[in-house]
Amino acid sequence: MTRSDVQLMLDVKAGDEASFDLLLKKYRTPLVNFLYRMVRDSATAEDLAQEVFLRVYRARKHYSPSAKFTTWMFRIATNLALNSVRDNRYRRMQVSLDVPVEEDETPIQVPARDVRIDEHMLERDRAEFIHRAIAALPEKQRVAVLLHKYEEMDYGEIARILECSESALKSLLFRAYETLRVQLAPLVVGSMVHRAVEGRAP
Amino acid sequence: MKCDEVSRELIAFLDRRANSAERAVMEAHLKGCVACRARAEDFRKLWGLLDEVPVHEPSFGFDARLRQRIAREPRPRWFTWLVPQPRLAFSVALLVALSIWMSRPPQNRPTTFANAPSEEEQFQMIDHLGVLENFDLLSKSDVLSELPARTPQQQAPQEDDAQRKGDGG
Repeated sequence: MTRSDVQLMLDVKAGDEASFDLLLKKYRTPLVNFLYRMVRDSATAEDLAQEVFLRVYRARKHYSPSAKFTTWMFRIATNLALNSVRDNRYRRMQVSLDVPVEEDETPIQVPARDVRIDEHMLERDRAEFIHRAIAALPEKQRVAVLLHKYEEMDYGEIARILECSESALKSLLFRAYETLRVQLAPLVVGSMVHRAVEGRAP
Repeated sequence: MKCDEVSRELIAFLDRRANSAERAVMEAHLKGCVACRARAEDFRKLWGLLDEVPVHEPSFGFDARLRQRIAREPRPRWFTWLVPQPRLAFSVALLVALSIWMSRPPQNRPTTFANAPSEEEQFQMIDHLGVLENFDLLSKSDVLSELPARTPQQQAPQEDDAQRKGDGG
């Protein structure tokens, strides 16, 4: 019988290191993935993920299962990611006084609807384009989309992580997806074409 | 249901987390609203697009590095359960130290009798009580203060004479 996350954490609290390894194995990829999509840098995402696991480990003696384990862990991850993003933004603001903005820091250029998607795909990688559209969302909307779309968390859990009501979360998600729908409109049309071509291929 | 209200429930309808009553209301609205129906279709396509983003895997040494960091963590001591709060522990330690300092015997404290003669000196003083009384009497005599001051050279022969007279008498 597989143990729940809460049970694993209670076992870690009791001194069972193997249970911590199970939690690490289960959540290292979702956590690194989430953090990478938040901070857009592999090394920083890994450092932050390690910090999250370390904080979970340090807190084991005082752990009480008052909330879902994932809610607790992703709240730590969200706080660390937002702090990192803010610090990085502050650092960039300081640097930008003397140094010109780097080439890859240009804002997302949304192609006009009449530009052919194939031409656009030659200029930019699709995944990078989507990543940057998500990264351009306001902080709370970005966290909400990542937890809803990629971690498939329920509304109650995401609302607790973001410390807002479920009703506010639903509005937040709608605004975020509406922004992405507009930003990624050329790719949304393109994905239909892409799938149709793939469907015809032998 | 108005289009503004749809905005809050559309996501829950599309990701199949709405309950049956909410779904029925939404389906009825979408049947009659072309704009909301088009938006719902766009959202479905958008989610398909978001799925194209590849998963970012952790690096090969992720677990090893984490275990190294955990190994460097300070191990809990056996007495830590006795110390729930460092401030409380510090206060208790300070109180104990203060109590010990307050209750110690005053052996090292400076007293007003520091220059008092010891017991042996007091016995010697009793032995020479006669001489001391004479000295006290003479030192307070006005006759001695009227004598002229003498230099050490003058004083030495006079003392010899006095000694000779004493030996003779």
